[in-house]
Amino acid sequence: MNGFDWNAAGDALPLLLEGFRVTLLATVLGTLVAAVLGLAVAVAGRAPSRLVTLPVRAVTEFVRSTPLLVQLVGAAAVFSSVEPLTVGVVVLGVHYAAYTSEVYRAGIDGVPRGQWEAARALSLPARRTWQAVILPQAVRNVLPALGNYAVSMFKETPFLAVITVQEMVFEARRYGAEHFAYTEAFTLAGLVFLVASYPTSLLMRKLEKRLGH
Amino acid sequence: MTTGVGPLVRFDRVVKRYGDHVVLDELDFTVRRGEHVTLIGPSGSGKTTILRLLMTLEKVSDGVIWVDGSPLSHVRAANGSLKPAGEKQLRESRKKIGMVFQQFNLFPNMKVLQNITEAPVSVLGMDRDEAESRARELLDLVGLAGKTDAHPSQLSGGQQQRVAIARALAMRPEILLLDEVTSALDPELVAGVLDLLSDIARSTDITMLCVTHEMNFARDVSEKVLMFDAGRVVESGTPEKIFSDPEHERTREFLAAVL
Ligand SMILES: Nc1ncnc2c1ncn2[C@@H]1O[C@H](COP(=O)(O)OP(=O)(O)O)[C@@H](O)[C@H]1O
Ligand SMILES: [Mg+2]
Repeated sequence: MNGFDWNAAGDALPLLLEGFRVTLLATVLGTLVAAVLGLAVAVAGRAPSRLVTLPVRAVTEFVRSTPLLVQLVGAAAVFSSVEPLTVGVVVLGVHYAAYTSEVYRAGIDGVPRGQWEAARALSLPARRTWQAVILPQAVRNVLPALGNYAVSMFKETPFLAVITVQEMVFEARRYGAEHFAYTEAFTLAGLVFLVASYPTSLLMRKLEKRLGH
Repeated sequence: MTTGVGPLVRFDRVVKRYGDHVVLDELDFTVRRGEHVTLIGPSGSGKTTILRLLMTLEKVSDGVIWVDGSPLSHVRAANGSLKPAGEKQLRESRKKIGMVFQQFNLFPNMKVLQNITEAPVSVLGMDRDEAESRARELLDLVGLAGKTDAHPSQLSGGQQQRVAIARALAMRPEILLLDEVTSALDPELVAGVLDLLSDIARSTDITMLCVTHEMNFARDVSEKVLMFDAGRVVESGTPEKIFSDPEHERTREFLAAVL
């Protein structure tokens, strides 16, 4: 080891930032999938028929009890003709949906019973009760928790490198191998994660405060 | 099925059980169209349960509730017998009935105006402009003309309860159920809400069933008082009769405790 090579670090930076764009894209799209799918799963979990609730529960249980890495590799093998980034985004989204659905479920349970009863007393149809009354209150309650999952997902995007998505850690490894500068490339990648995460968590805390948690 | 004659509401041997606990025990009573009935009785005697059954928030365990000659929460099977109604029919039944809750239960995510317009628009299919102008009239009626854009959390308890009353009236119910609507209010706000309800009782033909501990209000507004104990009607009569000259010991004890 002969010290930290600042030149190599400067050299790697543009490449890493290129990878970081992919990292961000995967996080944003993955979060969207997790947010929408998780909500659908939470609402479906309250369906009156077991024909709906049982399969939904089985699938979420399966997703939750297998590692993300295994899901990624498995999905990439099955959908080998699909672009890796697409597979990555969907797997990240589905994986996290298994958790966000729990968050939504808690949020829905947290809406007071009186809200359901008021909606019923006004004869609101089920669809309108969810859309106009229950979900706006439930989602508001769980926004901070959802944000935390988005940050976790962000930090788990390096797994996508395994299925050849060219995100930041993929690029760091490539640069490290080509220039024998792993230390520099990975340190830099770590710094970029830190620089991006820290303001995000500050933002999250602000959001939590504003929502009065 | 609208008959016009006969009672508007009839409880016909209504039983409500929670597990082994019998809350209403073959309860019979009727309410005429336009009548204002006050339900009194000790805590736990089943008053709230009666209103919740009428609002179809709970299911009867046995017996039938008739509203305007039709079963409220049953449908007639092919052989003429009654079976429990499905959700769709319950929604139809509910449209005639409005309820105001002790805890207001306004929708906190909507402004005052939308709290009132939501059901007329999405249930009655009223167009938004008409619903809004009616909502403004109702807010005027309940004394909150300036509060259309407020959020419920910005209002006092008394104001929230007025909005809840306006919200219920916006559906033009034939029957209005009021469950201790002033008991969650600060004492100085009670009189205003009771005055509003007296006004509504006088100026509309809405049938009211009212659970309250405000005996003066009951005397002013209602033509009939039903005294409950342990899920049965102990006695019923005009407020003058019940409050001044009750027949039953149980009623006397209860009134002595609350008056
Ligand atoms: N959801 C429920 N589960 C079990 N018991 C209940 C439920 N709701 C009401 N009860 C019981 O029914 C009885 C009557 O309650 P309620 O109608 O609220 O009385 P009131 O309004 O006259 O005070 C009480 O003993 C109460 O504990
Ligand atoms: Mg009660």
